[in-house]
Amino acid sequence: MSRIAACFDALKAQGRQALIPYVTAGDPNPQVTVGLMHQMVSVGADIIELGIPFSDPMADGPVIQLACERALAHKTSLAMILSMVAEFREQNDTTPVVLMGYLNTVEKMGYDVFVATAKKVSLDGVLLVDLPPEESEDFGKDLRQAGLDAIFLITPTTTEERIKKICAAGSGYMYYVSLKGVTGAAAIDTDAVAEKLDLVKQHTQLPLGVGFGIRDADSAARVAQIADGVVVGSVLVNALGDNASDPEKGCAQVVLTLSEMRQAMDTAV
Amino acid sequence: MTKASVLPDANGHFGPYGGRFVSETLFAALDELSDTYDLLWQDPAFQAEFDLDMAHYVGRPSPLYHAKRLTKTYGGAQIYLKREDLNHTGAHKINNTIGQALLAKHMGKPRIIAETGAGQHGVASATVAARLGLECVVYMGVEDIRRQAQNVYRMKLLGATVVGVTSGTQTLKDALNEAMRDWVTNVDNTYYIIGSAAGPHPYPKIVRDFQSIMGREARRQTLERTGRLPDAVIACVGGGSNAIGMFHPFLEDKDVRLIGVEAGGSGLESGRHAAPLSAGTPGILHGNRTYLMSDENGQILPTHSVSAGLDYPGVGPEHSYLKDTGRAEYVIATDTEALDSFRELCLLEGIIPALESSHAVAYACKLASQMRPDQTIVVNLSGRGDKDMQTVADIDGIKV
Repeated sequence: MSRIAACFDALKAQGRQALIPYVTAGDPNPQVTVGLMHQMVSVGADIIELGIPFSDPMADGPVIQLACERALAHKTSLAMILSMVAEFREQNDTTPVVLMGYLNTVEKMGYDVFVATAKKVSLDGVLLVDLPPEESEDFGKDLRQAGLDAIFLITPTTTEERIKKICAAGSGYMYYVSLKGVTGAAAIDTDAVAEKLDLVKQHTQLPLGVGFGIRDADSAARVAQIADGVVVGSVLVNALGDNASDPEKGCAQVVLTLSEMRQAMDTAV
Repeated sequence: MTKASVLPDANGHFGPYGGRFVSETLFAALDELSDTYDLLWQDPAFQAEFDLDMAHYVGRPSPLYHAKRLTKTYGGAQIYLKREDLNHTGAHKINNTIGQALLAKHMGKPRIIAETGAGQHGVASATVAARLGLECVVYMGVEDIRRQAQNVYRMKLLGATVVGVTSGTQTLKDALNEAMRDWVTNVDNTYYIIGSAAGPHPYPKIVRDFQSIMGREARRQTLERTGRLPDAVIACVGGGSNAIGMFHPFLEDKDVRLIGVEAGGSGLESGRHAAPLSAGTPGILHGNRTYLMSDENGQILPTHSVSAGLDYPGVGPEHSYLKDTGRAEYVIATDTEALDSFRELCLLEGIIPALESSHAVAYACKLASQMRPDQTIVVNLSGRGDKDMQTVADIDGIKV
């Protein structure tokens, strides 16, 4: 069983939901990332989404764009990020790690090299926001053969027909984008999300993670009541950005936010 | 083998290029656009509406002008200029914005957004928005706002809101990122008019089809004037809309050379250029697979060109396909060569060309000198140079 499936199974048995933090790898500098991953796990992160910085992050808001710029100023590359995963695995063999980013970085490395390296370093999943199922048949097959999950987005504008197609192509978990917009935009409307999740559930047995617009313990707890996983990104990245010259302080802020979310999620049930 | 002229396929692919590489939120909107377009483009009433605007608002057909003094100077092939600079708003961009604004109107979208580099597409979008009573927001890199202050003012006069983009390199690619972000957020009431034959499917096809009016006219006009097809058709290539619009009606005329001229900037060896077809590799940017300027890690590289409209690290996917199949050739003209041609056309023909178009003129002159006087070159003079007065004056050290 994949680490992602095992993780969701274990949580389900406990009646809990996954807390899934996103940080951009190499932000504010590459030395911070692996330590931060361990710290996030220690306060209750279940799965880690690690962003691959890209010069032109079209689907992201200014917060993550700036994180990309900070990471790229230190020349953070996909190859370095895969090494970070390997380093993380030296001390942690259970927490799933998912890379999230844009296709060009993977295309440039080469699909074969990427999949082989990802398998070697025990990566668990890949979410490329500009790679829809239609364009990823071969790559999806390669990922599956290597035991890696291909995670796709479903959004408020996704039609039922496409939901079917996306659910058929995806594995690991489905990522529901709670709003029309970029990362770090408006606050979440939990009722509207719940309605759409009901529709998605008709087409998949996979766990459902919800992201975009979750910025505090309260919204995390509310989403935990309707989804299997809570993805939180911009609020953490913002903390790293605000303290870019003092990464230790930034990491402490990330840890504090996550532990508050964890607590709220676990007590709300 | 598939005829090149019937591409893209149903999923927007030109061979390995093109496609639809965007975030999921935009799929429904792109499907809606694709369906609407396929219906309307076949609809005689829509065609008539488009043709009427082309004739009486844009001023088409644009003339095909025999540049005799330029021809004589280079002593070779006859050089003809397709005068898109004489269009309303001063460039070929209006052909596409009229077509897409009609689509927006038929789709009931009250708000349009656009990205712009040199400002020509922004002005053309603001123009059609004013005429149809649509709200218009134009995204423009702050570096380009500085270079093209007059066009910014024109857009404001036309009632558009110009949003300065400060992210990344602050040029066209960043304006496109920002427009995409706006569209993702406001997709219900907003139509995004992409100005280049780039972006996700169906944009490369739509922009090409609306712009192909240039090539159809030029083909007919050349036959009328010279009794035969041209030996070469030359256009500058940034995103590639004026080039693909000229090339497409000639694709099956195998004896007509199609030559795209990219911005060579300070020269390919300097690294300061905007020539992905000449010096780039295939990759994914702005919703399609195409030749790009990116580094070994897949990060998009900064570009440079004296002309803001060519300052883009990617290119429309159909050009990538035409390059690989060999149907079109892609070359460069440097900043210096373009500026020399700019001045030469002013002095020899009394035409002030856009700096973008000057790249095409520069290569045409070079090629003409190696050809015979009984041969013909058609150059797309895609825009006029009024907007470039500040840039050229700055280079000359003159305060205007």
